[in-house]
Formats: sequence, C-alpha cells, structure tokens
Amino acid sequence: MLLLECPCCGQRGEETEFHCGGEAHITREGPGADDAAFENYMFERVNPKGVHFERWRHVHGCGKWFHAARDSATLEVFGTYAAATHRPPEELLETIRAKRPGFKWRELA
Amino acid sequence: MSDLSGPTPVLALGGAAFDGYVRVAEEPLRAMFTLRGDLSAKALKNAATGLAAVDMPGQGQVALNGEHCIAWMSPDELLVMTPWDEHAKALGQLDATLTDPALNYTDVSQARALFSLSGPDGLVREVAAKLAPVDLSPAAFPAGSFRRSRIGQVSAAIWMPAPGRIEVVCFRSVADYVFTLLRDAARPGSEVGLFG
Repeated sequence: MLLLECPCCGQRGEETEFHCGGEAHITREGPGADDAAFENYMFERVNPKGVHFERWRHVHGCGKWFHAARDSATLEVFGTYAAATHRPPEELLETIRAKRPGFKWRELA
Repeated sequence: MSDLSGPTPVLALGGAAFDGYVRVAEEPLRAMFTLRGDLSAKALKNAATGLAAVDMPGQGQVALNGEHCIAWMSPDELLVMTPWDEHAKALGQLDATLTDPALNYTDVSQARALFSLSGPDGLVREVAAKLAPVDLSPAAFPAGSFRRSRIGQVSAAIWMPAPGRIEVVCFRSVADYVFTLLRDAARPGSEVGLFG
C-alpha cells in the first residue's frame, strides 16, 4: 500500500483515495515533431524496478494533480511535489540519492 | 410559490434513520453552495463569511455554528452551508457579492445527501473509520476537522462538528449506497472498540 501526501491539500492518504496518471515529466511532442520524437512521446515508457516518478491525482479528495517519487519495489514514497514543474525539486532528488545511491531514472540521477 | 421555483425539494431517502450502536440519520435539507476561486480574495471571503457568519476555516478545517458552516474543500474551493430556509436569501446574496468572473458559486443543495452519525465519541469515529481510509483517532481528527475521502467506493466528505458527532456529505445519486454502508457499519454487535 502506498501512503501519499497530497501537496495541494496537505492530506495524507492511502492509494485508493488517489488515482495514478502514469509516468511523470513526459514531453508532449506537437505536430511539428519528427517521427522518432513523437513515437517516443506516444509509446516509450520506463518500467523501472526501484525509483520511479509518476503523476497522481487526489481523485476522492481535493481533485488536484501532483507528482510523486516512489520506489516501485518497496512502495516507499520519497516525496510528492507540485504538478506544474518539469523536474523534481532538488531537495527531493537529494533525499532519493541518499536513500538509493546511484539511482538512475531517464536523465535524472 | 410560483411554478418557476419547481416542486418542493425532497430528501434523497425521506429522512431515513437507523439506531445501531450509533445513530445514523439523514439530515434535513440544507442550502449548500460550492464557492470556487482564489481563497485569499476578499470578495470570496466576504461572500462565504457573509452567508455563514463564521470565520474562514483553515486548510482541512470546517468553521461552524449549528447548521451554518464553511468547509475547506481544496486550495480553491469552499463548501458553504446554511439552513434551508435561508436558501433564497443566500442565492441573492451570492449574486450580489460574487461579481468577479474569476470567483463563482454553484448551488449544490439538491446535488448532495447529508448524513449524521451520533453517539459516544469513540464509537462514532469507529463507524466512520470502518468505511473510509482516514485516521479518525481523536488526536488526528479533532472536532473541527474536515476531510474529503471515500466511503466504500464513492467520494464523500467527513467532518466532526463536535465530539460524538460526525457529519457526512456525498453525492445524492449514491445516498442509498452510503446510507446502507453506514447502517451496516453501525449494526449492533459489530463494535470493534478501536477508539476505546
């Protein structure tokens, strides 16, 4: 069971109160993109064992979207942060580096 | 009453009640308004406090005085309740105060069903805790707390106006489902003793 804290309303709840919205920080390629970039946006997803970044929605609560960093193997939640960002906050990355030395997720490490 | 105001509103379950180890009851109709916008905007604060005559609640809180209340629903949403007989007056008041197009309200009085759980404090908490994934211990959920979550499979909001009483609001379309769940959770003999 995941225990998530919604950064919008500050409430801590377990995962059935939330809904997962898939991988975080995907660049949405537009009509001007080349085929490879569009294919990457459309189909390529990582499925890591370990550190993972996802979008979540507090569906039974405040209804807001946010981001969460968690471990897909242990279900430990490292932290949650605002939806309107292209990159996790540096202090969260520091926390993850301390807990999972050498972790790599896409271009984040 | 003119035809334009429609038929007299009725409760979703006709005021159903169940006396189990706590009492579960459908509450009389209340006027309920969803106010959306910047919660720090003066016009929105004035509209809410003008209707309910209570202070603005903090995050995750409800400010109340009897049937008048303002609940913090999300960073940009409030739920304001007043007794039903103030409904028409409240509509006029909201129209007059919320003139900024970025602040708005919706009358949700008849889109919601309202239930109460009353009885010994620990048992009331326990009945709600059986159905919602929320820490309802007295330390984590003191009187005045407000929490949106789920009850069984549907969204609901739970708050504690006073020790020994919990109120629950859900969508009217699922009123029967929620009442049945609450009644089942309050069935005599199913006490857990979770909160002493």
